[in-house]
Amino acid sequence: MSNHLIKLADLDRDAIRELLHLTDRFVEVSQRPIPKVPALRGRTIAMVFFEDSTRTRMSFDLAAKRLSADVIDFPTHTSSLSKGESLQDTVETIAALGVDALVIRHASSGLPGEIAEAVGETISVINAGDGLNAHPTQGLLDAYTLCQHFHGAAGIEASLSGIHVGIVGDVKHSRVARSDLAVYRSLGAKVTIVAPPELQPTDLDNWPVDITDDLDEVLPSLDVVGLLRIQKERMGQTVVNSIDDYIERYGVTESRANRMNDNLVILHPGPVNRGIEIADTVLDKRPNVLINQQVTNGVAVRMAVLFRLLGSGIEID
Amino acid sequence: MADRERRMTPPYGGVFVARTTVLDAAQVHRALTRISHEIIERNQGLEDVVLVALQTGGVEIARLLSRLLFEIEGVDVPTGTLDVALYRDDIGLRPVMPEAETDIQVDLGGKIVVLVDDVLFTGRTIRAALDALTDFGRPRAVQLAVVIDRGHRELPIRPDFVGKNLPTRRDEVVDVNPEGVLLGEMRK
Repeated sequence: MSNHLIKLADLDRDAIRELLHLTDRFVEVSQRPIPKVPALRGRTIAMVFFEDSTRTRMSFDLAAKRLSADVIDFPTHTSSLSKGESLQDTVETIAALGVDALVIRHASSGLPGEIAEAVGETISVINAGDGLNAHPTQGLLDAYTLCQHFHGAAGIEASLSGIHVGIVGDVKHSRVARSDLAVYRSLGAKVTIVAPPELQPTDLDNWPVDITDDLDEVLPSLDVVGLLRIQKERMGQTVVNSIDDYIERYGVTESRANRMNDNLVILHPGPVNRGIEIADTVLDKRPNVLINQQVTNGVAVRMAVLFRLLGSGIEID
Repeated sequence: MADRERRMTPPYGGVFVARTTVLDAAQVHRALTRISHEIIERNQGLEDVVLVALQTGGVEIARLLSRLLFEIEGVDVPTGTLDVALYRDDIGLRPVMPEAETDIQVDLGGKIVVLVDDVLFTGRTIRAALDALTDFGRPRAVQLAVVIDRGHRELPIRPDFVGKNLPTRRDEVVDVNPEGVLLGEMRK
């Protein structure tokens, strides 16, 4: 997996810390009068998004451009895939064009990993979200945002030790939750999954976490609430009986927000369903809602990943 | 020599073994004092002068220079640090980690920037630094101060202020710190 980034569970704590510390540097670059460095000049990165994405795609795009890489878009809707070419052949064609990295998003869990194995050492594959499996750069940027909030920066020994994070919502269908869990655990945070029974993951055996369906019970002990988006498009059928019932039990409503400590941090990977996961007024007025900071940090995190894989001459172990 | 340079000098993972002492602590101090006077003389004072230390070897040297400049002229010269890892032309040829901090708080537009490094060798670090500086503004002039010029230039770059010219072999290693300058080599 050395020249790819498929899922955070593949990385040990040192590799994660190194990426987060590298992110510190790119946060600084992003704040310069000219926030662009020539580190990846002459490298080409192909964006291969089989699933709709605005923010992740723009974030990767911007990250690549701030490193002076060239970016090409693979038009998945109008490509020869629709003419019947197999995905394998398509990817090999892109590789043969001479790109250095593929940033792939696909609805099918595990697909980026398969492509990475197929292309081997020739190009880097970066997973930008695959099905229910993983979204490693989101996990990294969530962890980075928390390190920055609690410690000012990630530093060389990034740690979330002593921090209690609640991951709230549709954990079952969330690749973000899986990536968050991997990185939070790696950095020593305590994690509690908060979800209605029908949205709790069924593959819990290996997950060393607490799990509850009662947000209000665990809320006083939380330092961070990581909200997940209710993903109507990924659920197949409506498992949540009633949105109103969900909001009542898991939404950050105004009345629930009033019971929260002001220091409690709220994260959300976006896009936010206003009025469902979090109320309008809370989103706009409450302190320590770090959603915009997550987006800003996302660019620096992706710069770190791209530089590490393509520019540093070092492999991720 | 900074840890990072040590790690990136072949044989990788070797240790620095000193052979001779080129300058002792007092001589380093005298050289830096002379350089301080030269900087003041060249720029007719310290107005608009900014020290920018190259990470990582130049940082300690710049700190000393800034103290000496204050002792001589009573002026607190703004000092920044610059990591050029992202501007190097050998990215991909050898491991590069931008792990050292870039911290330039002043707008360099119209300023006289004195780049500070411990050793001038091929000139490629300085070339990268000149590129990097342009992203922070347009200095009126850029000057270069180094403790040791060891030759072997690969680019048309020369220092303005030199502590000592030291003829070296290419495979030798120069270690500069406030306690002295050592010449030796890396050994496994």
